[in-house]
Amino acid sequence: MDSSIVISVNKLVKKFGNFVANDNLTFEVGSGEIFGFLGANGAGKTTAIRILCGLLEPTSGDIIVAGFNGYTQRDKIKANIGYMSQKFSLYEDLTVWENIRLFAGIYGVSRKLIQERANLLIENLGLEDYRNRPVADLPLGWKQKLAFSVAMIHKPTIIFLDEPTGGVDPITRRRFWEMIYEAADAGTTVFVTTHYMDEAEYCNRISIMVDGKIVALDTPSALKAEYNAESMDEVFVKLARNSQRV
Amino acid sequence: MSYGQTRALKGATFAVDEGELFGLIGPDGAGKTTLIRILASLLVPSGGSATMCGADVVRDYQAIRQMVGYMPGRFSLYQDLTVRENLEFFASVFGTTVEQNYRLIEDIYKMLEPFANRPAGKLSGGMKQKLALSCALIHKPKVLLLDEPTTGVDAVSRKEFWTMLRKLKNEGITMLVSTPYMDEAAQCDRIALIQNGDILQIVSPKQIVDSYAYDLFGIESKRPNAVIKALRADSRFQSSFLFGHEVHLSVEMRSIAVDAVERYLLENGIETIAVRRISPTIEDCFMSLMEHNNAIG
Repeated sequence: MDSSIVISVNKLVKKFGNFVANDNLTFEVGSGEIFGFLGANGAGKTTAIRILCGLLEPTSGDIIVAGFNGYTQRDKIKANIGYMSQKFSLYEDLTVWENIRLFAGIYGVSRKLIQERANLLIENLGLEDYRNRPVADLPLGWKQKLAFSVAMIHKPTIIFLDEPTGGVDPITRRRFWEMIYEAADAGTTVFVTTHYMDEAEYCNRISIMVDGKIVALDTPSALKAEYNAESMDEVFVKLARNSQRV
Repeated sequence: MSYGQTRALKGATFAVDEGELFGLIGPDGAGKTTLIRILASLLVPSGGSATMCGADVVRDYQAIRQMVGYMPGRFSLYQDLTVRENLEFFASVFGTTVEQNYRLIEDIYKMLEPFANRPAGKLSGGMKQKLALSCALIHKPKVLLLDEPTTGVDAVSRKEFWTMLRKLKNEGITMLVSTPYMDEAAQCDRIALIQNGDILQIVSPKQIVDSYAYDLFGIESKRPNAVIKALRADSRFQSSFLFGHEVHLSVEMRSIAVDAVERYLLENGIETIAVRRISPTIEDCFMSLMEHNNAIG
């Protein structure tokens, strides 16, 4: 396997009974790439992400994530990836420090390293004054920065961001994307879903899923050229409008 | 409105006209949901008053509930009831039938009909939202309160949803809608910008674009993050943010020319594909307002 490829998916199929949630997905994601995983509601994105994160076994196809097999090494996959979503990221009633300790523990970081990395993280984010305050007290922008940093505390190869900016105001979500760029520049691979089509433009490459299949996969500029569109919003609407599935 | 020590709303004052499509925008925690819940008579304000069509939201809560359709931010229908059962349930609670007001929901419900017997919890995000709107409309409310109805919804369903709202506006229904999407705010008659529990400004989309007071540049480059960092290091540049395939840079009017921006970036080792003067989109304008009011935490 090419060492610069960190996610390799070949003919992935996932069925639930007769329902084909993922229909023959094939794609690769390179190291340090920002890969946008787009699709209509119900297209099968969540199922695919759960498989890539080692939470769900595929029905068939080859899956390698961070060098580990998607059937037999799912625990290894979980240890080498980070995950964050807007819906669930931190426990609001735990303090900043408690959240860091909890998630670092879950990700298998040793007790000694937790201290060290937690202190560094709190310092880098300038959160010293908030260390022992509940996360609920943090403004949204800080909460997001903290959630992102916590999902990276075990220095994963890949971070999965599932609608990280859903419902977020225009300035805060742009600040969040600046963090994504920082992480990618530092070599972390970013796998991200979003319904904001301007954010699709920030990705190196994107795939678009409709009814369980990947119907487009390329750089944003190549897709816009191919579909003769001004924006990714237009590309998306052209492709997803004919979706049969709900 | 206070929760213990936290004052979620601080003397918010505004009026919405009959038949108006009124938008609420502002950062998370600004007080949008609290405001909507007070209007829906689900929360009692700590001070001040609110009336809708002459009915007081505290004293006349029974009248308010007949008059108002409410779509909460979180999906709040019965997950284990089917699409049809949910709709019938809400109709019966309001003493009406699905048939009686079917005309109002026909367009949306037609899209849901093939799944009439599916439990609501098994619908995709876009369909859940269509069902929630149908249930909020089934008693033919005069006022619709919509709390971020399109968050988590894909771009196609979002467009369909707003087509529906425009139709409801033509039916004379007054709507108050909160949204994080600025393209949706642009479709409202007027928008209130809310922050830290205060309404800072109420403007029409046109007013907000007309009052934009900066020169704006679109900068295309292979390294947008490097562009932003370089621009933020120089105080001549007001603000710079990612914006689709470009970075948008705002500066004081007539303070700097295109070639000077290009030269500055080149001096900082950044080649640009294109630098051009552009007109602000509604999102640029909102961001400028929000920045001006210290929206970011």
